[in-house]
Amino acid sequence: MIPLSWYLVFSAALFSIGLFGVLARKNAIAILMGVELMLNAVNINLIAFWRYLTPTQVAGPAFVTMVFATAAAEVAVGLALIISAYRRRNTVTADEIDLLKG
Amino acid sequence: MSALIFFFTFALIAVGAAVGMLFSRNAIYAALLLIVNFASVAFLYLSLGAPFIALAQVTVYAGAIMVLFLFVIMLLGAERLPPSQELPWQRPLGIVLAFLLLIEAVYGIVFRVNSAATLSLPVVEFATPAEIGSALFSTYLLPFEITSVLLLVAVVGAIVLTRAEGGARRRALVSQITQAVATEVPEHKAETPEEEKELV
Repeated sequence: MIPLSWYLVFSAALFSIGLFGVLARKNAIAILMGVELMLNAVNINLIAFWRYLTPTQVAGPAFVTMVFATAAAEVAVGLALIISAYRRRNTVTADEIDLLKG
Repeated sequence: MSALIFFFTFALIAVGAAVGMLFSRNAIYAALLLIVNFASVAFLYLSLGAPFIALAQVTVYAGAIMVLFLFVIMLLGAERLPPSQELPWQRPLGIVLAFLLLIEAVYGIVFRVNSAATLSLPVVEFATPAEIGSALFSTYLLPFEITSVLLLVAVVGAIVLTRAEGGARRRALVSQITQAVATEVPEHKAETPEEEKELV
């Protein structure tokens, strides 16, 4: 029997790895991948809590489907922003998109 | 026992793929490792008794979203970036912050979560698509509708953001060419109509 906390530690590990990807990667597309990893960790948390605490209600899976839709919307807008920035600045390096820098 | 082996195998594959994604130089490899991560997490969903979520994870995440990522990476040619050293403290600071979050979360989980939570027996109709759908369309109708509006906004936003500014750019290009031709024609007379056509 796997304790609930193992799933939570696993999800926390994935979330931290995603956070590090967002903070440290220079490629704007890799930053978006880190955000995807963090959303995925949230889904693991939702499913694990649903399975261990309230398995008779389907609130957990229902909200995971909404997180799927949100992730898809976020990726579509994020990649569109990257393509738009690439057209103007001809780069996807996050350091070089610094028009607002004083 | 077999559940333990299953959990550890796929958890280790998922974490290993995520770490490999962080440190791969090539963005294509990063995307492929992220697909491996999503697929192994889908197996964990299966072991948690959520088959619909597992299959949606494979189709939506590992299928649609990652294909979009690969498409954009190859479209922009962003597989490898030239090395830049603008922010040398960025990476160490990221490691420190991510470790702080991990330690904090593990501390909270180990000391706060009621570890008496155990698996109860699965219900017969266990998170089937029909049950999730009826919950989405009755109890959670308002969040569901808001999600659909969000998707619509995302679609419109993506189209507006990536729309080629064809009209303005083509007009600018045409005026540039006509100017160049007007300044060049006096000393370089076009001998043949073909060449003139090329110039224009």
